[in-house]
Amino acid sequence: MSYELLCIIWFILLNVLLIGYAILDGFDLGVGFLHPFVAKDDTERRLVMNSIGPLWDGNEVWLVTFGGALFAMFPEAYASIFSAFYLPFVLLLFALIFRAVSLEFRSKRTNPAWRTFWDILFFAGSTLAALLFGVAVGALMQGVAISERGDFLGSMLDLVSGFSLAVGLFTVALLAMHGSIYLYMKTEGVLQQRLYGWMKGTWYVYVFFFVLVTVWSTMFVPASLQHFRDTPVLWVVPLINVLAIANIMRAIRQERPFYAFISSCLVIAALVILFSANLFPNLVPAANNAAYSITIFNGASSRLTLTIGLIIVAIGMPLVLSYTSLIYWTFRGKVTLGPDSY
Amino acid sequence: MDTVILLSRLQFAFTVMFHYIFPPLTIGLGVILAYLETRYYLTRKPVFAAACQFWMKIFVLNFGIGVASGIVMEFQFGTNWATYSRFVGDVFGSALAAEGIFAFFLESGFLAVVAFGRQRVSRGFYLFSVYMVALGSVFSSIWIVVANSWQQTPAGHHVVDIMRDGGSGMAPWVIDGVVQRRAEIVNFLDLVFNPSTVQRLSHVLLGCFAVGAFFVLSVSAYFVLKNRHREFARHSINGALVLALISSLGLALNGHTQAQNVYRYQPAKLASFEAHFDTGRADLNLIGWPNAEEERIDFDISIPGGLSFMVFDDLTFSKPVVGLDRFRPEDRPPLLISYLSWRVMVGIGGLMIIASALGLYFNWRRTLVGKRWLLWCFVFGIGLVMASNQAGWIGAEVGRQPWIVHPPIEWSEDGSDVLVGADGFYEYDEREGLRTVNAVSPSVNSQEAATSLILFTILYLSLAAVWIFVLDRKIRQGPEEFEVTEDGAEHGFQDASSERQHARLSQS
Repeated sequence: MSYELLCIIWFILLNVLLIGYAILDGFDLGVGFLHPFVAKDDTERRLVMNSIGPLWDGNEVWLVTFGGALFAMFPEAYASIFSAFYLPFVLLLFALIFRAVSLEFRSKRTNPAWRTFWDILFFAGSTLAALLFGVAVGALMQGVAISERGDFLGSMLDLVSGFSLAVGLFTVALLAMHGSIYLYMKTEGVLQQRLYGWMKGTWYVYVFFFVLVTVWSTMFVPASLQHFRDTPVLWVVPLINVLAIANIMRAIRQERPFYAFISSCLVIAALVILFSANLFPNLVPAANNAAYSITIFNGASSRLTLTIGLIIVAIGMPLVLSYTSLIYWTFRGKVTLGPDSY
Repeated sequence: MDTVILLSRLQFAFTVMFHYIFPPLTIGLGVILAYLETRYYLTRKPVFAAACQFWMKIFVLNFGIGVASGIVMEFQFGTNWATYSRFVGDVFGSALAAEGIFAFFLESGFLAVVAFGRQRVSRGFYLFSVYMVALGSVFSSIWIVVANSWQQTPAGHHVVDIMRDGGSGMAPWVIDGVVQRRAEIVNFLDLVFNPSTVQRLSHVLLGCFAVGAFFVLSVSAYFVLKNRHREFARHSINGALVLALISSLGLALNGHTQAQNVYRYQPAKLASFEAHFDTGRADLNLIGWPNAEEERIDFDISIPGGLSFMVFDDLTFSKPVVGLDRFRPEDRPPLLISYLSWRVMVGIGGLMIIASALGLYFNWRRTLVGKRWLLWCFVFGIGLVMASNQAGWIGAEVGRQPWIVHPPIEWSEDGSDVLVGADGFYEYDEREGLRTVNAVSPSVNSQEAATSLILFTILYLSLAAVWIFVLDRKIRQGPEEFEVTEDGAEHGFQDASSERQHARLSQS
């Protein structure tokens, strides 16, 4: 197998991990965003939290593994991106910590002030995490100024632009929609009825941001269209994306939330692929000098490491997929509160 | 730049020490959960299920914070130590990725079943899930210790020039006249089983088991002292004392051979642990205070030749041991921290052996309940055991300085001394290692590093306070009754049990 092919395979595998993370933890973050709005009393809040209770930390492992794989297979990109996004990533870590500990701590006391405090942190952590993921994606699409060695030359404010903020809000809207569909599937009664409105509402907000970001990126982020000219087959991806978006509303109207959820997963997958297609072959596009860009070829590890990584994936991934499906199967159906719940 | 290095070091030390409160608890408790659930499966006595349930709740609480504070560690390699990440990514990253795939998915997936699914799955599958959680938590320690051991005693790799296509074929990548280099894997098995992996992994796992055992002892001893949950406490103490003694003795034995291994591959580290300055017959210092400037130990009380004996198992107490004088001052680890952390670890380790042996003896004589002083020692002992785990890691990491990736050591033919240059000092091969001061992210400035350190300090101290508060309440509440219906089904199978009720009512 040629070295270039190995690099491309690893680029695809990173996409798989990112899609896995975005779909799975995506609904957790969306649920966190919706939490204060859709749940009106303590029982409802507990139902909302317990809908992701057994799943969220397994979902977060997709991010850990994505980070580990990026470090191992593309260390140049890992080092440059993480040190460039220094404060945003520190905030992201805080957001993920808030989300995690508010789930763990909230149920440990019945005092209303205690519970409200963790409700606020749960909302804030989930929303901030979604926003920051989006901002990072937007900033990376625009490219960053880096030195020849790949070290970021700008300041934190250079990462925050109108475009990256728009992608951030777009991500929040997307995950809110995804989370509301997930919650609709997991709940019943009044809470579920309330979610019906939220599914529709978040869909409209999402479509608004989708159009905004699409127009903005095609007009002002020049690299974003280049690959579509070179490889027209890529047009299938935005086509699937648009069809899936339309199908979400159709499935919502038909009250078939599972179809809506599958469509929403497809939307997320298509968006991650679009993001990667936009970057390819770069991982870190250098805005100041294209020759400094870190690509999947010049930023990759050695041939042996890429091969060992593939062996690890070949052994590990079937195991991971089997436990993941086992766990989702065990916790299928409507969420109920029991003695072990949060 | 110096400020950024200092701040990044402080931040890494602080965040990793906070993180390391949790993995030993989950790894140690994992073993306890597996033991209790097996007993429950075999005996169907509700007391075991209740005990398992109680420890599981604590496990879950710790696991959640462990995961969240663990991601911080993974991110920090990139955010604060970008140059290091570029240098080691090819080698170190693989171990980290393997950890995610093999350990974390296993652990978090089956933990969902263990924490939330007792009513949803069969008894057999529940037991299996408990085993998988315990196994997953052990696996998670394997890969990170592999990665860390590689930094201490690198193997299975070579350091090579990074090749770039400069337009006229591949050539070494030169920036400002400096050839860019990095470590790349040559042999994955040699990397995984580098000279210190097995020893260090055993030591880490034994340390975790000790934390688990002493944690259970602490809580159970408290219940005995307060005369609550007697049966639960009795069962817990029996198992925990055995595990505590085995792991404490194991730590001592394994620690002894591990120290010999440290001497072989990182002699400056061992010399700092022992404040051993002059190469030659070495005393084993018991009490003292190292004086780095005058290269001596103040208030010194030592066993003559003791260190020679410990390093070589030499009954003549006289074999020469390489001291700090073989290394340039800038190549020596910070003396005081190494010396003190080593003593704290070993000292507490000794107390652990004594306390668990006494506990086991009194428990065998059935007089432990009356030994209130010893029970109180157990209640607070967990703090010392955790301090000992922390001290061990401080020694391991500070003793590796000034290196973040330690270069190899060349010994003379007979192995009695390191090969020194004309000036009498050991000449490290700079190209084979990486100094910590050169490993930091060039793009991070001191304001950013200070901001993140302050924020982490505030966040983690508040989290620690809430964690202790919640944990304390959880422990004071004690185990809940575990309801088992007559046919042995758990409380979840309410339908089945209500059917039986109906059947019985209609019979009568």
